[in-house]
Amino acid sequence: MVNAAKLTGAMAEWGPKPMTTAGDARTLFDAFQGFVHELRAAGLPVSMTENLDAMRAVEYIPLDDRESLKAALASTLVKHHGHYKVFETVFDVYFSLYSAGVQAGDGEGADGDASEMSLEQMMQAMEGGGAFGDVSNEELAKMLMQALMNMDREQMRQLAAAAVTRFAGMEPGRPVGGAYYLYRTLRQLDADGLVSKMLQQAQDAGEIGEGAYDERLAKEDFEARLKVLKEMIETEIRKRLVADRGVEAMARTLRKPLPEDVDFMHASREEMQQLQKSIYPLTRALAARLAQRRRRRNRGTLDFRQTVRHSLSYGGVPVEPKFKHPRPHKPEIMVIADISGSVASFARFTLQFVYAMQSEFSRVRSWVFIDGVDEVTRFFEDSDDIQEAVHRVNTEADVVWVDGHSDYGHAFEVWHKQHVTEVTKKSSVIILGDARNNYHAPQAWTLKEIRDRARRLYWLDPEPRGYWDTGDSIVSEYAKHCDGVFECRNLRQLQRFVTAVVDQT
Amino acid sequence: MADRFKSVADVIERLRGVDYLADTGIAGVVYLADKLEKPVLVEGPAGVGKTELAKAVASISGSRLIRLQCYEGLDEAKALYEWNYKKQLLRIQVDREAERDWNTVESDIFSEEFLLTRPLLEAIRSTDPVVLLIDEVDRLEIETEALLLEVLSDFQVSIPELGTIESSLPVRPIVFLTSNNTRELSEALKRRCLYLHVDYPTLEREEEIVRVRVPEIDAELASQIARVVGSLRALDIKKAPSISETIDWARTLLYLGRHEIDPETIGETLHVLLKYQGDIQKARKELGVDGNPSPLRGTASR
Repeated sequence: MVNAAKLTGAMAEWGPKPMTTAGDARTLFDAFQGFVHELRAAGLPVSMTENLDAMRAVEYIPLDDRESLKAALASTLVKHHGHYKVFETVFDVYFSLYSAGVQAGDGEGADGDASEMSLEQMMQAMEGGGAFGDVSNEELAKMLMQALMNMDREQMRQLAAAAVTRFAGMEPGRPVGGAYYLYRTLRQLDADGLVSKMLQQAQDAGEIGEGAYDERLAKEDFEARLKVLKEMIETEIRKRLVADRGVEAMARTLRKPLPEDVDFMHASREEMQQLQKSIYPLTRALAARLAQRRRRRNRGTLDFRQTVRHSLSYGGVPVEPKFKHPRPHKPEIMVIADISGSVASFARFTLQFVYAMQSEFSRVRSWVFIDGVDEVTRFFEDSDDIQEAVHRVNTEADVVWVDGHSDYGHAFEVWHKQHVTEVTKKSSVIILGDARNNYHAPQAWTLKEIRDRARRLYWLDPEPRGYWDTGDSIVSEYAKHCDGVFECRNLRQLQRFVTAVVDQT
Repeated sequence: MADRFKSVADVIERLRGVDYLADTGIAGVVYLADKLEKPVLVEGPAGVGKTELAKAVASISGSRLIRLQCYEGLDEAKALYEWNYKKQLLRIQVDREAERDWNTVESDIFSEEFLLTRPLLEAIRSTDPVVLLIDEVDRLEIETEALLLEVLSDFQVSIPELGTIESSLPVRPIVFLTSNNTRELSEALKRRCLYLHVDYPTLEREEEIVRVRVPEIDAELASQIARVVGSLRALDIKKAPSISETIDWARTLLYLGRHEIDPETIGETLHVLLKYQGDIQKARKELGVDGNPSPLRGTASR
């Protein structure tokens, strides 16, 4: 992937080098290329130019300034804010050893050059006469509490290191990412109880006013502090794991998909929350682009009055023809979503997405179904808060007819009976679901009739294409009557779909 | 390589001198922009001081700020240069009387005299140091973005009738592009730039910003302000308060003569920070403050 010879050549050309000896330059260069390689493996589009820029940038940054180094590398290698988290993880892994000597060196004394130490040595240094070797667990907890109250970062960092040594129970050679060690350490420190303890202590000292909001602010403050502590512990664990297993293995273990590639069906809670946060900015961006496109696509007819008015500046020659602004027409959207267990999070997310974009459509109506079908437009119209509306969809919509197992055929039949007359040439109908019909009758004719009346009929399937038509999935049965069936497993695909739809309508 | 700044710390300190509080991330990128002579693309939510940064850098480097405000429909003629064709037409009219041959006329009407320079060309031709700010570049159509590329990578413009115009300055000016991220910018543009994401500041930094920008305020109040604003930003609301709104709020509180924030004060002045009724209601509920929804009490008596 990296043309090493060319890079080395390029490096030789740039005047002063930050490294003193050729040997040093070699290792740093290798480490750096490993770093870039890992970023690419994690999905970041790092181009050749950007790689070179980063290496040039490093020349000007003192190598012992970790924060500046991180900023320099981020500014040259990461051009999407959404990718920053991935970058941060990789950076922490690749530069963790190197930071140990720099940042904690003065505090912990013993590990001035951590990169040379193995895990055992590190642990020994900590256990035998290390900074907190003979302190009891209770005293350690007390010291930690004190450090948190005073927000003494240096002290916190040392205590975090001591806590990891004591509680994490790390075993060399195990191929893990460290989440379990983190959990063990935090449990031993009673991290969940710390905030309330801090609150109690602050209240006893009379530092918090009596209002409900005072307490809230104090609580947020303490939670933020605890988060700092957690990050310190995580860094410490990661540092030791890297020392134990090596940089590349560690980076591979921690590799996570970019936000736009997270699969809806298998997203963790945390990933889902991240996705939620991206909805609003994303839809705004999409809306801006779509509006632009719509406006430009068809210029209006000649505006005679304006043209004549402007021709006056040029002695009556119509140099600049003026056109009327067309009034862009907006499509009406009807969403019919399967919200049974397996695809629920996908349906919820897509509904939120569509409603966040509703200003782009003349009207959005939505229905949800499992084996019965219920209109949920009212929930979204009642409230500005999309999240709340989705919550109501989950709890209040009446979607169970017999047994609460997906029955597309029945749901479509009912919908057809009640609403097919409302479908007009202005409406685009979008169906969300995996078409896993539990071997019920498909009733595909309903879709045919819907399509005959509608402007477009689309189907979004959150399953990978390879799973379609396996088991009880009958996508192709329905696909015959759709204008398009799209695989829609992540944000990237959803975005692509929305752009395509508005383009065609 | 340029030498406007000595080190990252130097950038921080000098920016502080003009009341702009930069963190290591911001200062680091400014420092690199100077050293690598590359433009900086600054992204981030509205009102976190992206444009302010360009102004501050112009001021500490003793440069003139040239600003190109982007909007949809901006074209070459508004961004780079334009031939003043009304003047050219007049000239042709005059020349017709004099019956000159076409070559003379042509070399006449495509000369400097008839060239209208727009911000980009102005920045390139400038003989004194400048900082070029291309504001809200995300408002440009994706096709128009291309006209920036030559300027950004080589700091030159090609004009068919005149040839390539290059900067005469010994070092390239620092260029800032800002974007509110309303659309994804092209890879080609991003590749040519250093990327800086400016986010809402940390509590400590915001407190400092308030103290620097509103010097009359006392430390305790500034700290409270930063905490309340930080807490509001953590809520799930449509539009989080920006730094400029924080400063407005601090001024409002001073003006009302409040030295300490109580729930009532928050309730009354929340509309300085939040601009959507839904957000205000949500914040009231979440913070447990029940203010009087009418405007400021203090102003009623004036």
